[in-house]
Amino acid sequence: MTSGLWALVLDGVWVTLQLLFFSALLATAVSFVVGVARTHRLWIVRFLAGFYTEVFRGTSALVMIFWVFFVLPPAFGWQLVPMWAGTLALGLTYGAYGSEIVRGALGAVDPAQKEGGIALSFTPWQRMRLILLPQAVPEMIPPFSNLLIELLKGTALVSIMGMGDLAFSGNLVRLALQESAEIYTYVLLIYFVIAFLLTRVMRGLERKLKTGVGKAPVREPDTELKRPETSNVGGAA
Amino acid sequence: MEWDWSAVSDFMPHFWDGLLVTLQILVLGSLLSFVLGLVWALLMRVPSRWVTWPVGAVTEFVRNTPLLVQLFFLFYVLPEWNVTFSALTTGVVAIGLHYSTYTMQVYRAGIEAVPVGQWEAATALNLPVRRTWTAVVLPQAIRRVIPALGNYVISMLKDTPLLMAITVLEMLGEARLFSQQNFQFTEPLTVIGVAFVIVSYLASLALRALERRLAH
Repeated sequence: MTSGLWALVLDGVWVTLQLLFFSALLATAVSFVVGVARTHRLWIVRFLAGFYTEVFRGTSALVMIFWVFFVLPPAFGWQLVPMWAGTLALGLTYGAYGSEIVRGALGAVDPAQKEGGIALSFTPWQRMRLILLPQAVPEMIPPFSNLLIELLKGTALVSIMGMGDLAFSGNLVRLALQESAEIYTYVLLIYFVIAFLLTRVMRGLERKLKTGVGKAPVREPDTELKRPETSNVGGAA
Repeated sequence: MEWDWSAVSDFMPHFWDGLLVTLQILVLGSLLSFVLGLVWALLMRVPSRWVTWPVGAVTEFVRNTPLLVQLFFLFYVLPEWNVTFSALTTGVVAIGLHYSTYTMQVYRAGIEAVPVGQWEAATALNLPVRRTWTAVVLPQAIRRVIPALGNYVISMLKDTPLLMAITVLEMLGEARLFSQQNFQFTEPLTVIGVAFVIVSYLASLALRALERRLAH
């Protein structure tokens, strides 16, 4: 491979990383808003949040990307820049999976903690901010780490829409060289290295947050069997 | 936003063709991932580093890289090695292989969840290794893992549209073809989006029923 082709691959890596960063931000925001809304005391808020989760978790991420690229522009009269269209589709889809993680972790906090908050006459918002979230967030990190890897793998989907990410530049190089084994091996290796670095960063984050609440990181072998939800890409919740 | 019902009715015959292909991929891919996953899980129990290390490394690699690129790899590289399959077969192999790296973890968890006493009883009864696995451990482990495997069938359903990228005409492929021929994008894409929600919702209901039957 020539250096020009390598420059193409590096451009692709940069687009993939940008897309990963922005859609991870959006997905985190959606996860917390929808996940907290699912524990709200009004049934209509819980219902709407649950409906959102079921719809976005029920459909395929790729179908959602097609929808955002082809149906939104004529329907609402605005056209998104590809980067934002990809971010929107991925962030909303993976945010729906993340909301289940947030809900599961909030539900796993010892009920006595919540009762203590009520006894001390904290407002619901104070209870959430000062008691529940600080204890729930460290528990969310391992499943969020799995979800982040799924999101990284999901970013490859935008190449089908012609966005110049890593998978797309891999295709360009294949067309340029008329030879596929080498370039696809490199592309797969690059994805693997990114995923490996992400898991390391998330593991460090988990350790840091867990020392904040006085716990050690645990690796339970049988969390695979304890998954509460039925459609799951995000790992144990 | 204009909605054209005649486009929906024109699309429906193509939709059923696509649904059939999607379900075909789903069934074959699931079977492949169940079998391969069990093979990986059993290989990981072999008491030799020469077996567990390569199997662990390869499955970790496959699990952490995008299915789309793996599809391209199989679709474009295998013909260079003079191995040619149809696009559908390549897709089923890729999706089955990808998900087998997930199901292997499910099986592993199921095997580890079999109480130690069962192993000890098998030793005390002097059962050979083969009988211990086939008559004692696996029947208990597999019963435990069925709901978790079902979760991955639903995930796999939502990854079947990726096969469109290697020219398989499943639901999304049919929708895209129809859209490009008729310049109507809204209706076919919305129809298949709703279809995915309905199919995965039905599948999750069936799974919950199965879970309840197994739980008792």
